[in-house]
Amino acid sequence: MTQIRNLIDENGKRIDGRGADELRTVKITVGAVKNADGSAFIEFGKNKILAAVYGPREVHPKHMALPDRCVLRCRYHMVPFSTDTRKNPAPSRREIEISKVMRESLEPALMLQDYPRAAIDVFVEVLQSDGGSRCAGITAASVALADAGISMHDLVASCAAGKVDNRIVLDINDEEDKEGQADMPVAYMPRLEQVTLLQLDGRLAPEQFDECLEKAIGGCKMVYEIQKQALMQRYFGNETELREEVQ
Amino acid sequence: MHEVKRRYVVPGDKIAEGNFRPLMNVIKSGNALIATRIGIAETGRDGVKVIPLSGVYIPRVNDLVIGKIIDHSSLSWEVDINSCFSAHLPAQDVFGRDFSPARDDMTKHFAIGDMITARIIAFDRTRDPMLTVQDRDLGKIPRGELLRISATRVPRLIGKRGSMIQTIEQATETRVLIGQNGIVVVTGRSPEGVNLAVRAIVMVEEEAHTSNLTQRIKGLLNVPDTQPPQERGPLIAGATKPAEIESTIDEVEEELEVEGEK
Repeated sequence: MTQIRNLIDENGKRIDGRGADELRTVKITVGAVKNADGSAFIEFGKNKILAAVYGPREVHPKHMALPDRCVLRCRYHMVPFSTDTRKNPAPSRREIEISKVMRESLEPALMLQDYPRAAIDVFVEVLQSDGGSRCAGITAASVALADAGISMHDLVASCAAGKVDNRIVLDINDEEDKEGQADMPVAYMPRLEQVTLLQLDGRLAPEQFDECLEKAIGGCKMVYEIQKQALMQRYFGNETELREEVQ
Repeated sequence: MHEVKRRYVVPGDKIAEGNFRPLMNVIKSGNALIATRIGIAETGRDGVKVIPLSGVYIPRVNDLVIGKIIDHSSLSWEVDINSCFSAHLPAQDVFGRDFSPARDDMTKHFAIGDMITARIIAFDRTRDPMLTVQDRDLGKIPRGELLRISATRVPRLIGKRGSMIQTIEQATETRVLIGQNGIVVVTGRSPEGVNLAVRAIVMVEEEAHTSNLTQRIKGLLNVPDTQPPQERGPLIAGATKPAEIESTIDEVEEELEVEGEK
């Protein structure tokens, strides 16, 4: 692999000035889409992603309905202006794949058996893309599902880690993704301590794999706190003290 | 040891640990009780529950709902009850046991597009909910202004022992019919009164989670206040005043009787 420039400088800082264990700035706004039953807008570094949840609602076409549980349908889509060169709005191979892994990473958290014969639709629109948009999308979708009042075992938080300049770093951005050596997106349910998404693009030695996974899970835990805070802020304002107990 | 403890929760939050019974929107995981929805968690004598603050309407037996006739077969009407399940009103419920599809004209009773008040008599999630109109004040709604609010806001709109809705009705000289599914019908003599009531209901829905709401509704409706006017609080102002929160929560949790009469 030929590398034109160093992605980590002599001080250990990455190209955007972060340390190896630092997350990009994450900001989540709950309830951004009024028409939806639940929604969230996430800014994850340069990513700007809108997630909207509809449902539980009637399934159309009816034959898709399941007698014992709810159908979860996900759509991940990048708008044409989300990248620097225009992106064809038709669903690409990559988008279809991300829609699928997103559904599979959210499904374990939802109590789908509570809503038999119904459907929950999750729409994720990437308005501006950076590296790690699937992680940001899953994070936003999970908050939107909670906002829609769907019963969940836990929120799903997602974050990537990867290898850049032979070092394992947290939260890969676009350049590090393209020029780095490995990218590992992970979705995680912190309370249940379960991984719901694990992908790896690149090569890692077994010990590097372990380190990378551990780092990504650490990142997920940080994201989880931001998710909870965003939901609290939306529903209960700044008064988180009431979380403690009022008698 | 028997006082009720309350706190705000989001899905995945641990509410309590120990030998409690999980009630509404709570699951037991090992020894811990976990919230599954956003809302207000209550730990009481009989168990732990979460009063949800968001979500669509899921039918329950005995709920009084307002629905719209969307279709009919030869044996039943199909009713849209603002849920992911459409309800069925069997023709026998209206015509009696000796109903005959050949003899009786179903459109005479309810036509497509009619609004009805009905009670859910059966629903077990494996089949669509079944309705009845055989009770006092159930049946066709002849006129009124229709509104749709979130089903989670219905208890707040009714208020403690119907206080909120009574305030609105008296001040605007209207009748407000509330379905548990979040459909509200306002009727009244004067259009001004109806408009005012609609504005008040919309305000209740938008600001349901704030305290001092009754005061502000009274302000909107120009009802003389018996209590000294209080400042308009910030969102969840109640958190700074525990006594008020308590009343807010009480109103939310009130096991409500949705009044058809009045």
